[in-house]
Amino acid sequence: MGMTRTALMQLGTSVLAGLERLGRAHLLLLATLCASDEVLRRPRLVLEQVFNIGTLSLVIVGVSGLFVGMVLGLQGYTVLAKFGAAESLGILVAASLVRELGPVVTALLVAGRAGSALTAEIGLMKATEQLAALEMMAVDPIRRILAPRLLGGLISMPLLAAIFSAVGVVGGYFVGVGLLGVDAGAYWGQMQARIDVQEDLVNGVIKSLVFGLVVTSVALFQGYEAVPTAEGVSRATTRAVVQSALLVLGLDFILTALMFGGD
Amino acid sequence: MFAEPPVNPDSGASSKESHAEPLVEIRDLCFRRGDQLIFADLNLDLPCGLVTAVMGPSGSGKTTLLKLITGQLKPDAGSIRVAGEEITRLDQQGLFRLRRRMGMLFQSSALLTDLSVFDNVAYPLREHTRLSPSLIRKLVLLKLEAVGLRGAWSLMPSELSGGMARRVALARAIALDPMMILYDEPFTGQDPISMGMLMALIRKLNDAARLTSILVSHDVQETLRIADWIYLIAEGRVLAQGTPAALTRDPSPWVRQFLDGLPDGPVHFHYPAPPLAKDLLGWG
Repeated sequence: MGMTRTALMQLGTSVLAGLERLGRAHLLLLATLCASDEVLRRPRLVLEQVFNIGTLSLVIVGVSGLFVGMVLGLQGYTVLAKFGAAESLGILVAASLVRELGPVVTALLVAGRAGSALTAEIGLMKATEQLAALEMMAVDPIRRILAPRLLGGLISMPLLAAIFSAVGVVGGYFVGVGLLGVDAGAYWGQMQARIDVQEDLVNGVIKSLVFGLVVTSVALFQGYEAVPTAEGVSRATTRAVVQSALLVLGLDFILTALMFGGD
Repeated sequence: MFAEPPVNPDSGASSKESHAEPLVEIRDLCFRRGDQLIFADLNLDLPCGLVTAVMGPSGSGKTTLLKLITGQLKPDAGSIRVAGEEITRLDQQGLFRLRRRMGMLFQSSALLTDLSVFDNVAYPLREHTRLSPSLIRKLVLLKLEAVGLRGAWSLMPSELSGGMARRVALARAIALDPMMILYDEPFTGQDPISMGMLMALIRKLNDAARLTSILVSHDVQETLRIADWIYLIAEGRVLAQGTPAALTRDPSPWVRQFLDGLPDGPVHFHYPAPPLAKDLLGWG
């Protein structure tokens, strides 16, 4: 009886601590969004972050997109050829990339490369008292440090996902048309005819924006709340990547159900 | 209860100093961290225009006191008045307004690592003034000249020694010509030459710019040489206070143990523990 009671109390304490942390995360996100008017005064701050988060992720996103597109071309051709529909390879590759793989894989890659870097940067700024120094200089770190990074992530993610999808389509073309002999006109023609701007492209962009918000805000929160020690920053970085990845995959299911569930 | 004037008559301080108005008044301050009581009814006056040192053993709450004075932490009870403003009641805007008149030298220097020495010192000027770039350049070079590092303006923080980083941080702290500077363990980890430079800078800046300096340290000899008034704190309260001269003559066991660095005394060498024999034999 006593042990059950203790276990229940521990569970309750953990749940309450988790809810409190969730509340703090949302309050920080709200404060950061409210402080985003700083970018109107200093757009250069956001441009720097678009470079850090977006431009510096281009190589990993581009190379991954190429290989994912090539694998899609190969796998798609194998299945479609069995049903005599190999000419539909273009639409399969493009729809898979634009609707799902582009936003999701890009978000996972950005979480691993840029999200972890953001958490480590903010955590180390906290550990080395740089955030406290900003506050002592009457500069709000949320406004000056967090808000530009959040907006940088929001802007970068859809652009990176678009590049991922575009490179992936080219990768699928190389394998499908170049190696396996699918008709080039059919590959591009079916894609042009069947990919819908509203249903496919806009929904893909919406997903990317949501993932950009989630990945960046999780990374910033974990860095801002990191225990200011080497171990604390290390743990925060790991937590940022794991939580971002799980949230992206979970939200992808919910968003897909909302966008395409009735089809 | 706090009743004594902030300057001891034995100090040799001028009559002007001995009647200095307090810039910071702390009354009945209570602060806890978790279950640990850091301050219990602490009373302090930090007078205008003087170098006041707060000394005490590690963990006695010296840095916490600086954070409370600057509003980085909120006390559980009590009052902290800085330049007549009750800091515990200020919102973020009010705190930021007051902090523009304060400078703080952090123990780790806390330079922004992605900015050069010049940009670090220029940072508060660019944030809070509308001065032209050429005027900012002149001001930054003057501040760096004051700390002897004008020639290092283009270096990055990673290229500075610990002493140089602290002097750059000091130049940044005085960039907006504050009324008060708070020093958090400024001598920790410094070689004798850097320490001498920092001591001279703290004293000269205080006198030349008519600042009020609050120095938190456990480096006894260095602090005794530059402070006008010293508070010794431990166990959440002020155990002794006075001028350096008065404290060096103070016969109380605690003051003697701290100032002379005695390994045992009122502060025990051993952390509280059960008898050694019980610990060694208890687990068979």
